[in-house]
Order: sequence, then C-alpha cells, then structure tokens
Amino acid sequence: MTDSAEPVLEVRDLSKRFPGVRALEAVNLTVAPGEVHALVGENGAGKSTLIKVLTGVHRADAGEVRYQGRPVTFRRPLDAQRAGISTIYQEVNLIPLLSVARNLFLGREPRRFGLVDVRRMNREAGQTLSRYGVDVDVTRPLRSLSLGAQQMVALARAVAVDARVLIMDEPTSSLEPREVETLFRLVRQLNAGGVAVVYVSHRLDELYQLCDRVTVLRDGRVVHTGPMADLDRLRLVSTMLGRDLAQVRQEGLTRFRAAPPPRDAPPVLTVDRLRKRHVLRDVSFTVRPGEVTGLGGLLGSGRSETAKAIVGALPLDGGEITVAGRRLRRPTPRRAIRAGVALLPEDRKAEGIVPDLSVRENIVLAAMPRLARAGIVTRDRQDRLVETFMKRLRIRASSPEQRAGDLSGGNQQKLLLARWLCLNPKLLLLDEPTRGIDVGAKAEVQELIGELARDGLGVVLISSDLEELVEGAERVVVLRAGAVVGELVGDDVSEHAIMSALATGEGPDDDR
Amino acid sequence: MTAEPATITPAGPGRATLIRHLQHYGVYAAVLALVVFNALFTDHFLDLANLRTQLVQVAPVVIVALGMALVIGTEGVDLSVGSVMALAAAVLPLYLGFGAWPAAAMALLAGVAAGALNGTLVAVVGLQPIVATLALLVAGRGIALVLADGQLKQLRNPQVLGWGTDDVLGVPVVVAVAVVLAGLVGFAVHRTTYGRQLVAIGGNRPAAQLAGLPVRRVLIVTYVLSGLFAALAGVLATARLTASDPSAIGNLIELSAITAVVVGGTPLTGGRVRVLGTVAGALLIQLLRATLIKHDVPDSTAQMAQAVIILVAVYLARERRSR
Repeated sequence: MTDSAEPVLEVRDLSKRFPGVRALEAVNLTVAPGEVHALVGENGAGKSTLIKVLTGVHRADAGEVRYQGRPVTFRRPLDAQRAGISTIYQEVNLIPLLSVARNLFLGREPRRFGLVDVRRMNREAGQTLSRYGVDVDVTRPLRSLSLGAQQMVALARAVAVDARVLIMDEPTSSLEPREVETLFRLVRQLNAGGVAVVYVSHRLDELYQLCDRVTVLRDGRVVHTGPMADLDRLRLVSTMLGRDLAQVRQEGLTRFRAAPPPRDAPPVLTVDRLRKRHVLRDVSFTVRPGEVTGLGGLLGSGRSETAKAIVGALPLDGGEITVAGRRLRRPTPRRAIRAGVALLPEDRKAEGIVPDLSVRENIVLAAMPRLARAGIVTRDRQDRLVETFMKRLRIRASSPEQRAGDLSGGNQQKLLLARWLCLNPKLLLLDEPTRGIDVGAKAEVQELIGELARDGLGVVLISSDLEELVEGAERVVVLRAGAVVGELVGDDVSEHAIMSALATGEGPDDDR
Repeated sequence: MTAEPATITPAGPGRATLIRHLQHYGVYAAVLALVVFNALFTDHFLDLANLRTQLVQVAPVVIVALGMALVIGTEGVDLSVGSVMALAAAVLPLYLGFGAWPAAAMALLAGVAAGALNGTLVAVVGLQPIVATLALLVAGRGIALVLADGQLKQLRNPQVLGWGTDDVLGVPVVVAVAVVLAGLVGFAVHRTTYGRQLVAIGGNRPAAQLAGLPVRRVLIVTYVLSGLFAALAGVLATARLTASDPSAIGNLIELSAITAVVVGGTPLTGGRVRVLGTVAGALLIQLLRATLIKHDVPDSTAQMAQAVIILVAVYLARERRSR
C-alpha cells in the first residue's frame, strides 16, 4: 500500500435518502490501489447502501464518486462491472447448474466460428483457477463444489473481467476456516497486482488479519477512517457502537446497581452446548425466573440465532435445551410454545405481524385454539382478552379491528408482546424489542420488560443498544462468532465490560 | 442491513378510494350490469328456463372455485382440480354395483386422496404448489382414463341420474349444493380457527410458524378440501351428463376457477379469502360468455373478453398491495 498513490476510488460527500430514512450523509471514502479497505458498521449504518451506490444499484442524491481520477455515474450494475468495479456478495450469485467453466466465462465465452469454443473455455478456466490454488474439474456443475470453492470461482470471475476494485460483502460468512485462508491468500495476490479491495465483514479477527485501512460508518455517517493498526479492538467496537470510551469507563465505575435477585431459584431456561455449523459453538447459559438476562454481541455473533434455536425455528446440530426443568426435545415453535417459551422476533414485519389481519386477530393469533369452542371462534372471549391487553400495553389503534399493518412500529411491537402474553409464557425471548420504534414507545416497552420480569417471568433480552442491555439486564451473556466469550453479573455489567468482552474476550479465534 | 425504500403510491385519496371500492364491489357491479344489459337486450334472458341453465352451468365452476379460493388464500394454487373431476367421474361407475351413495362416497374419497397427496407434497415435502399440483394435473386424468378403460360409460342408475335432473326446493341439485357449500366455506373462513389460521398463514407464513400455528395441518386440510370439492363437482357433472366421460370432464376448469377467485378479489399472494366474491366472479364469467354467445359473438372473442377481465382484476389487486 502506498499512501502517495492516486486513489483508484474516491467517494466525496455522498448522500442518499430513502423515504423516511437518511441512509448516507456526506460520506467520504478513499481507496488506494493495492490496499484492503475495511468498511464496518452495525445494522443500518449504511454499508449496504454505500456498496449499492458504488456498484450502480442505487444512485446518490448528492456528492460524487470518482473512479481512476474521473467522476463517474453508474446507471446499472453492468456499467460498474464494465468499468472495473466487481462485487462479491455473501451468497454466491452464479448459476448453480452451469459448469464451473461456463460460470467463469459467462457472457464473454471464447468463440470459434461463431460458436462457443468449449475446449478452449475449459482449458483456460482450469488454468485461471489453478493460478488461484483451486483445483477442480471445471466441467462439473458449480453447485457440486463446496461453498468455499464456489466463492473462489466467483472471485476468479470478478477479477477475470479486469477489475481494478473488488468489493467483498461478507464473503466468508459460510466458509470453513481453511477456505477462508485460501480466500485471503487470493486477496493478497490480487493486492500485489494493484487491485484495491473494499472488505465488509463483522469478524474483527478477519479485519485485523487482512485490512490495511478502515472506515467506520454509523447512522449513515463516517465516524472514523484511518489505518487499521491505529485502532485497537476496543476502540473499533466503541466507535461502531457510538460509545465514548472515557465516558463509558467513568459511568461503568459510578453506576449503582441493585443486588441481583436470589440465585437459588431453579432456572427457567438452561441451554447447554448449542451447536450449529458456522453459526453457534457450544453456547451455554441459564435464565432464572424474575430476571432479565441480556444477550450481547455484534451483528452476526449468534444472538438471534440462539433465540431462534431455543424456539425451534433454527435446526441445531447438537445441544440441550431445558425449560423449567423439562428437556425440550427436537424443538419446534409449537413444542416450544407448549413448554411456555415465546420469541419476539427481530424482524417484526417479516416474522411477526400479519399485516392484512386486524389488531385483534394478530393479538389472538397464537392463543386462538385456546379461545375457540369446537374449532369455532368465540368473539366475546377474544374481545375481552384483546381489550385487556390493549389497555395494559397501551396499544394505540383506532379500534381492535384496525388493520395491523397500518400501526406504527412501536404499537406493532406492543401488539406482538400482547400476542405472547396471552399465552402466559414462562420465558420471553425478546430480540431487539426496541429497534426502530420511537422514543416514547421505546421507554414504554422497556418499562414493560422490567414489569414482566418482576412478575416472575424469565426474560432474555437481545439488544445492540448497550445502554439498554446495561440498564435492563441483571446479567449479560456476551457472544462473539457464535460462542460465549463472557458472562457479566450484577455490578460487573457495564458498557465497558461488554465492549471489552466483545473485542477481546476469549473465544474460538484461533480456528478462524 | 439498511432498510429498503418503502414504496409510496403517489395516488391521491380520491383515486385510492375509487380503487378500493372497485376491489370490493367491482365484481358485483359488473354482474349486475350484465344482468341489466341482458334483461334489456337479450330475448328470453329472464325466462326461468334460461336462468336455470345459466345456474346449472356455473354451479360446478363455483364448487371448484370455492376450494380454489381456500388454496389461493394460503398463497398456493391447485392446478389438479380438472383431473380430480375426471378421477371422480371414472371411479363413480366402478362402484355403482354397491348403490349410488357408496359409489359417490368412493368418488369423493378419490378426491380426498388426491388432495392429501397435493397437500403432502406442498406442506411436508415443500414443493411449490404450482409444481406439486401440476404433477396430478398430468397424471390424474391418465389414471382416470386407465380406470375407465378410456371409454365413455353411460349411466343407468336412476338415483345418480336424479342428481342431474332433480330439484331441491325448486332449484337444481347442483345449484343447491353450490349454495350450501358457499355458505359453509364462508362460515369456515370467517368463524373457525381453521379459517383464521389459513388466512394468517397466507398473510405471513414465517410469522404463523413462529406463532406456533399448525401450518402443515392447515395446508394439507386445505388441499384436501379442494380435492373433495373438485370430486363433488365431478360427480354432479357426471350425473348431469348421464355418462362418465373422464377424457372431457373438467377440462381447463382450473383456469375458470382461478379466474373466478382472482376476479372475485382474492389476491394470488394469499392472506385473504373472499367467498362471495368468488361466487360472483364465477357468475360474471358465465354471464359474460352467455351474453357474447347469445349476441353471436364467436367463442374466441369471449375468451379474449375473459382475459381482459382477469387483467383488470389483477391490476386492481396490485394497486392494493403497493401501498
């Protein structure tokens, strides 16, 4: 990497708005030839939008993109590709049923007498791939390859079109450690040839291993840019989450905390060594009734996956789940609900609300069979229950018959809470219960969580909002890369402690 | 990561209201308009004989479309209904030796079995509904032809023939069956746990799953009902025809049924079932064809008119989704 070199890609004061959201605000980014530039940020920070602008999927509202010294506007992804900006996504987006060679040469097949010269194509494909250390039969369909090898083919294809800039969006999320190594070797080879790489990943270890410089986005703005080595892990995490280190240290010391609830109550939930390939590694913890247990971690750390696994919405490779003393075997959402577990999902639109049904029907959705006589819906029982919960949770709707899709985010969230409370659960799993809802509703939901715990429910609170975790939870289990890297109890729960666990906690880093 | 931009419709309130009204009442208004037009300009349209004919012709489509509406409400589709009608028509004469009712029961059982197969392929195996039911669309009629030795069989059982000619309270049997069935399905959709769960599954399947709804069971029951209704339509149509003709019966009825459902305001994206709308949709198509034919417009033109109506209905439905 040479600082003096003319930047190959430069973003100046780029802004992009979506209705109701300011996705990017005066973003600057400079990428030099031959460097690996890390682009990091939490959910909604604007990474995806920035990449989409760079690759011609979206167009910026203001600001400019300069490529090889000249301002450019890409109208569609193909323009960016032709100019030499290639992108590799998390999921391989090639054509699984075509052969490896066909995929590699798709759209630019070598021709002979107007027909595809298959022999030459296969020969050249083999040569290209072996140059990158991938030895596969190029005539096999792509999908018969391992995901790692597929990713490598995608990479080879991306650079074969003479790319000067390569954007990699979480390319390693489904790769084996060994495959990650091969991928990194390949990236370094490309660097040596002057190709610049913009690298997006949530895995801190990868960032420090591979990247020269880093740009941190938060809420659509650049909050830091500089050499990777100058930003230690703790600082990186605090920058991403937007917490001031000095301030956090101070608060962490002075915060008064009430004594944790009695430890002798039998746990309402015990998870023991939950395992799923690439996702969870031996996750174990317990939750006691009357207690809020926080699950902390960065995006992709396995927080949501743990919750989903407990309710049987994510198949596990191994591990034991015990609810109120009874083992939950082969969990499915139905069995989990019967055992008294409820999950408030992270994505309330996609996995929670049935938008076309009324508020009433959304609330009673899970409890409907219990409220029916001989399979026939009884309205008066429903109405009573719905009225109770709409009052208790202060759900603001014009009437119980209003379409649920038309409610505000906060009211939708309260509606989903009501859906679960109808069932009298023993354990509530709340995945980002206050994300994307307005301040007032947020405070109400937080208050409610405390109330529910005091009523004796076990509550698991998943949140990227450190303040919420610290203030809401008596205990915080910190996850990184699918493994528990720390557990903080009582007075030890502080933003600083969580961040240090996130950044440096002992974890399965060695095999990454 | 970043939220995708929400689509906003630039339409003013007036236009939105108009479209909503058209969605809700358009099909009824169209049926009414056709009835008025025919009453004024078509000779003998209001004769009792003609009205009976129209209703008898539309009834099997209504019966099949009711099942189809349930399936479409789950965001699925059942292409096999015509073949299931043929299957029922082929099974019926095989068991007439035991009497009319046992034979009809066996024919309905064939429909249930076909529906169970469809439902299992969709809900358990996880095939896309269009593919799963396409298999039976192709195979069902083949099996029916094998069962019937590829021949048309005249029916002589007076009881069965009675189903094609008798009246119940002054209306033909098949029409009475369609009316009762429409009532039952309407009740099931709006008032039973099954119906509400069906609508929820069609509206947001991951949410329904996480809420612990018996997604598989509801889906299988829905396809079974669709098969059962198709078989019932097959038995009644066979009785009307006085012969079992598996090669012709129910040909392309899946298209009429889907059209009736969509024109009636049930979105193909699921999450809503409009029973009365479905009945009106079937009536609309029937009246439209009858009108055009009576005014000496060739059948090919009638088909084109049908296509236009489908496009209009789908266009209106799309407007609703995009807000």
